[in-house]
Amino acid sequence: MGKLFAIVVTVIAIVSATLFALHVWWLPVDISAHGARIDRQLNETMVAAGVLFVVAQLALAWFAWRYGAGPSSRGVKTFPGGATPMVVLAVVLVGFEILTLTFVGSKVWAGIYQSPADPNSLQVEVQAEQFAFYFRYAGPDGRFGAMHPELANDATDNFFGLDPANDTTARDDIVVATLTIPVNRPILLQLHAKDVNHAFYVPELRIQQDFVPGMVIPLHFTATQTGKYEIVCTQLCGLGHYNMRAYVEVIAPDQFDQWLKQKAEQQ
Amino acid sequence: MSEIATPRSFLRTHVFSVDHKVIGKQYLDLALVAVFTGMLLSWLMRFHLAWPETPVPGLGTVAPSGAAGGVMTPEFYLSLMTMHGTIMVFFVLTTAPFAGFGNYFLPIQVGASDMAFPRINMMSFWVTLVAFLVLISAFFVPEGAPLSGWTAYAPLSAVGKDAGPGQGLGQTLWVVSILIFCVAQLLGALNFIVTTLDLRTKGMSLARMPLSTWAWFITSVIGLIAFAVLMPATILLLLDRVAGTSFFIPAGLVISDRLQPHSGGSPLLWQHLFWFFGHPEVYIAILPGFGIVSHILPVFARKPLLGPRVFIACLIAIAFLSYTVWGHHMFLSGMNPFSATLFSIPTLVITIPATIVTLLWIGTVYGARLRFTSAALFCLGFISVFVSGGISGFFLAQPSIDTYLHGTYFVVGHFHFVMGVAAMFGIFAATYFWFPKMYGRMMSETLGKWHFWLTFIGVYCVFMPMHYLGLAGNVRRYSAFTDDYLKPLIPLHRFITVAALFTGAVQLIFLFNVIRSRLRGAPAPANPWQGTTLEWSTSSPPPHDNFGGPPPAVHRGPQEYGAPGAVDHIMQAAP
Repeated sequence: MGKLFAIVVTVIAIVSATLFALHVWWLPVDISAHGARIDRQLNETMVAAGVLFVVAQLALAWFAWRYGAGPSSRGVKTFPGGATPMVVLAVVLVGFEILTLTFVGSKVWAGIYQSPADPNSLQVEVQAEQFAFYFRYAGPDGRFGAMHPELANDATDNFFGLDPANDTTARDDIVVATLTIPVNRPILLQLHAKDVNHAFYVPELRIQQDFVPGMVIPLHFTATQTGKYEIVCTQLCGLGHYNMRAYVEVIAPDQFDQWLKQKAEQQ
Repeated sequence: MSEIATPRSFLRTHVFSVDHKVIGKQYLDLALVAVFTGMLLSWLMRFHLAWPETPVPGLGTVAPSGAAGGVMTPEFYLSLMTMHGTIMVFFVLTTAPFAGFGNYFLPIQVGASDMAFPRINMMSFWVTLVAFLVLISAFFVPEGAPLSGWTAYAPLSAVGKDAGPGQGLGQTLWVVSILIFCVAQLLGALNFIVTTLDLRTKGMSLARMPLSTWAWFITSVIGLIAFAVLMPATILLLLDRVAGTSFFIPAGLVISDRLQPHSGGSPLLWQHLFWFFGHPEVYIAILPGFGIVSHILPVFARKPLLGPRVFIACLIAIAFLSYTVWGHHMFLSGMNPFSATLFSIPTLVITIPATIVTLLWIGTVYGARLRFTSAALFCLGFISVFVSGGISGFFLAQPSIDTYLHGTYFVVGHFHFVMGVAAMFGIFAATYFWFPKMYGRMMSETLGKWHFWLTFIGVYCVFMPMHYLGLAGNVRRYSAFTDDYLKPLIPLHRFITVAALFTGAVQLIFLFNVIRSRLRGAPAPANPWQGTTLEWSTSSPPPHDNFGGPPPAVHRGPQEYGAPGAVDHIMQAAP
């Protein structure tokens, strides 16, 4: 019975680890300026955790194989050195791993979430609502019109609650359903939630952030590859949660300028 | 003490009993009903995720509005998910290993005739049952059960039915149920603490207490503080819902095109209060499993646990640290990103005592003379799945990696292994181990072993692939995968579903074994496993006052196995 357990645990550990190592299912291509650091951190953790996983499972399997029921005349043995080597091993090995991961990892985190956005960032306001995202650009005047929640009305496409009748800065604001951004230019999103919590997640951009009603949350990144990618909601927001998505379209800078001009003319 | 007099009426003996043993069995029966309910819900969810358009036979009849024709709506899926999580976390993982087995065995293991407050003990069970019935009733109200998940994030959970079906009366019932549950847990935790501290028999010093009792004791302390925070939080949420307050609802929310009449609240406040409870709750679910494995493994290894005092120190360290890590659920919640770094450090540090405990178990197997009973196999399986689930915590504890993995199936795989499956394995080990004592009958070992092997392989097939899904960016809590990048992952979802249906079906072996053994299992001797602790010094099942007279005095520690001098084991109560 012990041998069977050992075989099953060994097979499970090796098959699981191999599927991780071969990247059978893995992260999509990274298209962000900061993503390489996250991927490196993930890979280092994967190696460290993978070794611990395999070693622990194999040790368990080996002992279960080796120390099955024997005749009661065979005495039991204590682990050499008792509990001390276990404590030392855990504190030194795991402690070292924690220290490394914390020092390197918190730098990666701080570089993304605690650093100020580039002053030349393109600023885009995002409104999340059940079950869609809307994006707003400042328009030719470079200023965003104020938001008035009581004016928000999906039926008249006033997703941000703008008041163009009285607010001149709001008149030229561009509101679209696809986040269109230029490649290689820092982007600063300001996240607003109209109703409940939502989240902004683009796996390829290696970025995720909750929207919280009552808060405006900044999020900045730079996309390094053109293309069209899905933005999905990762914070449970109601029955249409699974279907709440938009696209981010990363295009060349001159194309973007043209797009923006064209949109401004339509206002 | 009047409580010790054996009751005569059926009602007093089997229903409104103040006997901790009857109450323990009542908790376990409740958990058994709850776990199969929760599992049934997960079957329906898994089936829907794999084959969203295929009707489930009979579902249309049971739930005509949520699943007309047998194909469920997205809101019905989310209500199943909410109820699955709530039932499993509260009424299975908290109820069975802690309230159930703890109630039955803590007083016996410390040598007491009953709990310190038997009537309060009875009350906590009946209050728990009321909480369960209130929760289940949410399925039967017109708009159905709530859909905001077991975490009930505000404002989705706070604003009422504008937020979606099930967010009306269904969500209110959910909040009331959790509020009632908190009352029961607080009463139970106090009872456990006082019993442990005050009712130990002569010679039962703290150091001589069995490790299972230590784990229940520390779990009670964690629970006392955790539920004392969740309870006022649910009261505030209830007030937001029914009394028009705005604790968790800010101004200017437009939901279903209606400007909400609230202002001044904070959605993040709910998250802080919830997770201040929620993370310790993970340890409330798993620490009794730690104790159970550390109690049972030595019995079948025929040697003491390696470093029992180190084990106790680790439990205490985990209990302290469990209150400093709640923010790791909120790295991306919009709280100050600087605090993410602060919360990540204790989260990583808590892996040190957890690793030590795991190494102590593995080191205990070294040099053992293992008897591979069903209980022993589930202990070994516990170690394996706890390692698997614990190690994925290394990823999620780091905010930089959580940036990618948060809200994906990686998290689902992680917590199902580490607190779901591991805690369930603890419950299974405890059942196979203590069933003879509780019912005076043996369980079938053959069925027990089949149950173990099929479950062990099954859970790996269900939960390991979820980590792969998470790495591919598969978002959790989706009722269907319609995004382009998720479509290639559907075959893996189908594999998981098949494995989940299979593993779930295997649990019927366990159910059959439990029912059959209760009715006609072979009679159990007083000490079938050659254990040493006090529960094995009394008859199976124990008499009403546990020891048929004054509790025995204790002369030594709980794990005198394989002592030098060719003695296999020495009972704690042996002079």
